[in-house]
Amino acid sequence: MRLLRPILAFLASIILTLLGLLAVTFVIGRVIPIDPVLAVVGDRASPQTYAAARAAMGFDLPLYQQFLIYLKNVLSGNFGQSTLTGRPVLEDIKAFFPATIELSSVAIVVGVGLGVPLGVLAGVRSGRWPDHLVRLFGLVGYSAPVFWLGLVGLLIFYAKLDWVGGPGRLDIYYDGLIEPRTGLLLLDSLLAGDTEVFWNAVSHIVLPASILAWYSMAYLSRMTRSFVMAEMKQEYVMTARIKGMSECRVIWRHVMGNVAVPLVTVVALSYGGLLEGSILTETVFAWPGLGRYITESLFNADMNAVLGGTIVVGVCYILLNLLSDLVYRLLDPRAHAA
Amino acid sequence: MRQLNRALLLLSGAGLTFLAFILATPSVGFAATPADTIVMAKQIDDMITIDPAEAYEFSALEIDANLYDRIMTYDPATSKVVPGVIASSEASKDGSSLTLKVRPGQKFTSGNPLTADDIAFSLQRVVKLDKSPAFILTQFGWTKDNVEEMVVAKDPETVSLTIPAKLAPSFVLNCLSAGVGSVLDKKEVLSRQKDGDLGYEWLKSHAAGSGAFSLRSWKPNEVILLDANPNYAGGSPKVKRVAIRHVPEPATQRLLLEKGDVDIARNMSPDQIEGLKSNAKIKVESFPKADTWYVALNQKDERLSKPGVRQALRWLIDYQNIADSITKGRFKVHQAFLPEGFPGALNDSPYKLDVEKAKKLLADAGYPDGFELQLDVSNSYPSTNVAQAIQATMGQAGIKISIVPGEQRQVITKYRARQHQAVLLYWSPDYMDPHSNAGSFAWNPDNSDNASDKPLAWRNAWDIPDLTKRTEEALKETDETARMAMYAELQKSLLDDGPFLIAFQNVDQVAMRKEVGGFVDGALSDHVLYKNLTKN
Repeated sequence: MRLLRPILAFLASIILTLLGLLAVTFVIGRVIPIDPVLAVVGDRASPQTYAAARAAMGFDLPLYQQFLIYLKNVLSGNFGQSTLTGRPVLEDIKAFFPATIELSSVAIVVGVGLGVPLGVLAGVRSGRWPDHLVRLFGLVGYSAPVFWLGLVGLLIFYAKLDWVGGPGRLDIYYDGLIEPRTGLLLLDSLLAGDTEVFWNAVSHIVLPASILAWYSMAYLSRMTRSFVMAEMKQEYVMTARIKGMSECRVIWRHVMGNVAVPLVTVVALSYGGLLEGSILTETVFAWPGLGRYITESLFNADMNAVLGGTIVVGVCYILLNLLSDLVYRLLDPRAHAA
Repeated sequence: MRQLNRALLLLSGAGLTFLAFILATPSVGFAATPADTIVMAKQIDDMITIDPAEAYEFSALEIDANLYDRIMTYDPATSKVVPGVIASSEASKDGSSLTLKVRPGQKFTSGNPLTADDIAFSLQRVVKLDKSPAFILTQFGWTKDNVEEMVVAKDPETVSLTIPAKLAPSFVLNCLSAGVGSVLDKKEVLSRQKDGDLGYEWLKSHAAGSGAFSLRSWKPNEVILLDANPNYAGGSPKVKRVAIRHVPEPATQRLLLEKGDVDIARNMSPDQIEGLKSNAKIKVESFPKADTWYVALNQKDERLSKPGVRQALRWLIDYQNIADSITKGRFKVHQAFLPEGFPGALNDSPYKLDVEKAKKLLADAGYPDGFELQLDVSNSYPSTNVAQAIQATMGQAGIKISIVPGEQRQVITKYRARQHQAVLLYWSPDYMDPHSNAGSFAWNPDNSDNASDKPLAWRNAWDIPDLTKRTEEALKETDETARMAMYAELQKSLLDDGPFLIAFQNVDQVAMRKEVGGFVDGALSDHVLYKNLTKN
């Protein structure tokens, strides 16, 4: 019973969050000053065509009924049809989301891999040159517009130096060669044993992933730095030092042990942010991802697509939160006791 | 805790390896595009369906023009509408019927022969499905209920069309050069039919035509691959394949083009075009398009309904300067409602910037100090830039413009609700006939708020019984010369007065590698043809 209650509470909170998310997105979709019927039939359609499309889309019903119908459909796994691509929204998400997952995952691995050690370094050496250097490097990544970084990156590494592949996930001749199993090109090409496609995909993902990684690295190193600095002032650090522990052991074992707990949450949120779609990066790099899909849909009043995309992002956030909660429990002895 | 340390170490390791990898990646060797393939970078996110009965978006119309042959077709050599899959047509004197003779020996990409039955099926299908572009055919007087009697295949080579509305035969034929005049492979389509949908679901993303190309694949918002049709009746295309890649960002398109990873870039901004001029490997070709840019004045606004005010505003736009300096060649000054290159177009542009004249007209109309005016504008290039230029010159005569930017569809929604004061937009004709524009700029049968038809004249609450009558007469005039003269007169009337300050027509600037030739880009978006493309 004691175990059941938190699980039930958690499930209830997930359901409420999702319901709230759906309701807000749904209402926004209905109040934006764009006629969604127009987006389907166009500006020139005859009045009869317009009326037929309006009825088919259910817009002649009261708002609450539309919402209930939508809820019922979503529960049965039907997210409706996208007006922008003409396909079921679920199919679209299946096509576009893996591209985003692939890009964000590579980016977060690099971002954490660089950001956390650099943050520790800056925190330990705070006020001295390594700190200034890390902060400066971070500042550029954090404040330079991703859009600009992307274009400049393409100009230098793709156009001038020829080190990386251009925009898109693959060169166009490799397109469609690999049977999509997971939708993650790097994985699919390896599964298919096609190293040529794999290396082509790698050459294409390197640049956008690095730019996103720079951005999340900047954020993570700053957070790590401030966590580390806060911990370094604690008495247990002094105790450990008095006990004669090596500085390395003090930092990596004791300080990082405490920093890890809040850091996990920060990393999870950071990853969630990347999954939500790095719209500008996806636009500059012609990357067929979810962020671009949702944005383009929104501008076209394609509300089924926007709602579907939002649900996916919402679920991802919730799952990441759940995951960071679990890891949190694993890391923090106090959470065990509770 | 030890696990954590190990995890952190592992992650740092991964990060550093990745960094090392970026720095050490050798040149992966990106070959230029293959000699028999044309790769094009283009924004194709507007493409929803390629079913000719439903498609009306620019990208989809363009693709369809290359996948399907039409009853009438655009001839790049003469820029005129000529017979497509038909050899000839014969009209009755009163415009109530038309007989089409099919050109023998044509085949679909499936191998099925193209017959009169396919033509009749295709036209009937458009009317029965009744999607957006169906109005192009239903204006003949065809309905879901009567279309099977109106469109009849008499024998494998003859189609007979009955036109209850009794219209000019040239008009009917011009309409059949639009996407809805595409001829579908009836046998193939019906074999794909589900629940009597006339192949609607299947044709959204598949093609069954006899055009210069067949569709290999289309991934929405990603890529379209077209294969040349070796048995094309008009001669096999010179390249084997055309690949169109969705590249939303123009700056990215430019990089791809300069790098040689694409052969043609379709969405360059004037600044990028300027930048490309110094590159000896790139050329830029310009094609006048039929899109007409105008400022419209809502006649519900008392100030704007005064002829003197409308006249004054016409003299407050610096047409030539906007075309030359703001849009740098992407606009061409054109003030009549039929664009240059269209049958019957009037190429007079009498207006230019004349602030003194405008001030006098305003004073005579009772506004010596001008007034404030809201201008709705799409928040994209070049609309906002053009709006700012108009704001500056109108300000010189006391017309204080406040620009209201919005998403394009938002601006149109407001426009259709007649809630604007003034709006800057463009109009693209749907088919190559003067009526496609006259029927919107100069026709308004019912000016009441709940009218069912919403032509541009209606959206600006411009009540024009006389012009409406003249437009309808021109539509029925069977004598071609007389008909064109009527459109010249209509254009003159709208030049003199009315709520439309028509200012420019679009010029499509297409950047391509030097070795590319034969790109055809006519007045409408479905006049972009790939069949003559070459690569040397």
